[in-house]
Amino acid sequence: MSAPVLTSPKRAGELARDTVLATGRSRDKTPGSLIFLGALWFSLFFGVIVLVFLIVTTALDGAGRFDSALLTNYFSRIRPDETGFRAGILGSLWLMLGTATLAVPIGIASALYLEEFADRHRWYNRLIELNLQNLAAVPSVVYGLLAVAAMSLLGFNQTGIVLGGAIALALLILPVIIITTREAVRAVPSEIRFGSLALGATVWQTTWRQTLPAAIPGIATGTILGLSRAIGEAAPLLLLGVAIGVRFDPNGFLSSFTALPMQIYNMTSQPQEEFQTAAAAAIIVLLVMILGMNAIAIVIRNKFQKTW
Amino acid sequence: MTSNFVSSNHVSDTDVPTSPPSSGRPASVRIGSVPMSSMPDINVTTDQDKPELGTLGDPERVVPDLPPDPVMEALNLNVLYGDFLAVSGVNLSFGKNEITALIGPSGCGKSTVLRCLNRMNDLVPGARVQGEVTYHGQNIYAKGVDPIAVRTNIGMVFQKPNPFPKSIYDNIAYGPRVTGMKVDNMDELVEEALRGAALWDEVKDKLKQSAYGLSGGQQQRLCIARTIATKPDVILMDEPCSALDPIATARVEDLMLELRTDYTIIIVTHNMQQAARVSDRTAFFTARPDETTGNRTGLLVEYNLTSKLFTNPNDQRTEDYISGRFG
Repeated sequence: MSAPVLTSPKRAGELARDTVLATGRSRDKTPGSLIFLGALWFSLFFGVIVLVFLIVTTALDGAGRFDSALLTNYFSRIRPDETGFRAGILGSLWLMLGTATLAVPIGIASALYLEEFADRHRWYNRLIELNLQNLAAVPSVVYGLLAVAAMSLLGFNQTGIVLGGAIALALLILPVIIITTREAVRAVPSEIRFGSLALGATVWQTTWRQTLPAAIPGIATGTILGLSRAIGEAAPLLLLGVAIGVRFDPNGFLSSFTALPMQIYNMTSQPQEEFQTAAAAAIIVLLVMILGMNAIAIVIRNKFQKTW
Repeated sequence: MTSNFVSSNHVSDTDVPTSPPSSGRPASVRIGSVPMSSMPDINVTTDQDKPELGTLGDPERVVPDLPPDPVMEALNLNVLYGDFLAVSGVNLSFGKNEITALIGPSGCGKSTVLRCLNRMNDLVPGARVQGEVTYHGQNIYAKGVDPIAVRTNIGMVFQKPNPFPKSIYDNIAYGPRVTGMKVDNMDELVEEALRGAALWDEVKDKLKQSAYGLSGGQQQRLCIARTIATKPDVILMDEPCSALDPIATARVEDLMLELRTDYTIIIVTHNMQQAARVSDRTAFFTARPDETTGNRTGLLVEYNLTSKLFTNPNDQRTEDYISGRFG
């Protein structure tokens, strides 16, 4: 026979028996696995649908007020159909600026100390680590109280100013920034550090010139996600006594102000229909602001991203 | 037996068409067994002053029995990680403008010893060093010694190429910048370092591009260029070719032979042929398990001229290792 060994009749028969592929059924589609798959789909859609439903109904509620007056007018009790959120939007922007100014340098510095300099075997460093994890879960009201105390220690009689809000929100997002920055710093390969140190660079130079620049994408993402959380907070601001019916633009960190979530909170409790509509429209404005911040985070991440 | 092994290995090694034609490796080197086969009895020739191994860059190279002018010495060196004794009782001296290879099975402590030589072990939590490591007679572990100053004089190249995520130019300029070296013309220094690492012709038109665009072998030569840019005295290499293909390995080996003129090189390698090809002296380490705990402690078995160690080792363990019976 000139045929190769593999195609001998017996061998061919064996192969044929083992190679019936078109069985018409798949073991991936047993009832059990289909039910499991269905449960996964349901969980996913439950979350997404509720969210979409909320956004759509809010957008429909506020549909009548998507006009320029919403952004440029001040709050008006007399003419609810023309009330606007100028003071709240500007106040929230000032608040974010203050929060970032306070939280970002402190957060990054703390994270760098813990990752690059701290001796992890010391009890106080371990205590700090443990507390950081817990602080991230502390309710925002508590940070509002802390900020009131901090303001009075700093000697301010009036706590409802941008600085007070910024202190509260900075304390609120500090653990988030520290934790995400540590993750980003840890993701920088140690080969880079060793390479730098072996050239005679100090730990400080290595951190400043190699580790930190390489960790920027992660740090920026964590920071902005933290700020996105902070911009929607109303509870700590309530405790600080932040005003509601503000009819002027905030002009600095010591200026009285109101924030968008505060105004929304206030208007939803008003009886007039027009205020409800305006509040719904303002919620969409707030969501757009948060989306914008997340977009910035993505842009920064992609711009500075490095592959190792 | 041993000599047969070495010579046959050389033949098989050179059968692989890896040596680039332009590498500048002399033809007599590529046929590594020629000088040996011309000798009637290897065991006798090793007692002569003309070692035939470890001199592949220069067949006429004469290496004295002991390092004449040791740049670095390790004296009764012990390294502990916590309570675990990783390396015990190492005595070595590294001759000026020589290449010393540290070989041995995995876990025998050769990389640990290498990292002690420029205090990179300081960065390993819990690592402690006992004994002395001297650099031109000064103990680098003495009080008041700045590890940064040690590392500026004793550079290091790592196992995996680790260029910085910067441009090729900035990779080279980084060392001189951070150490505060007085540089009249950084462009010239960069060119000099890249030429020194035989990389200039390949990268001269893309100095501003990311170092990550280079191949693995080019990246490793960039790391060598980066190291020589800070003008060290000694270069430590921790398995510098283990992540490279044979062609890139041959280039780096050629480069080491060139660098030997200006630098003292200490290399850790898993590749015995590499140690035989490039080094003047070889130190063989092995690990001995502790009788009670079973922890393996590395120790230096034999330190000798590469020519002697690979042809006529003094210690049975060395012979077993290099002939492939162990490790």
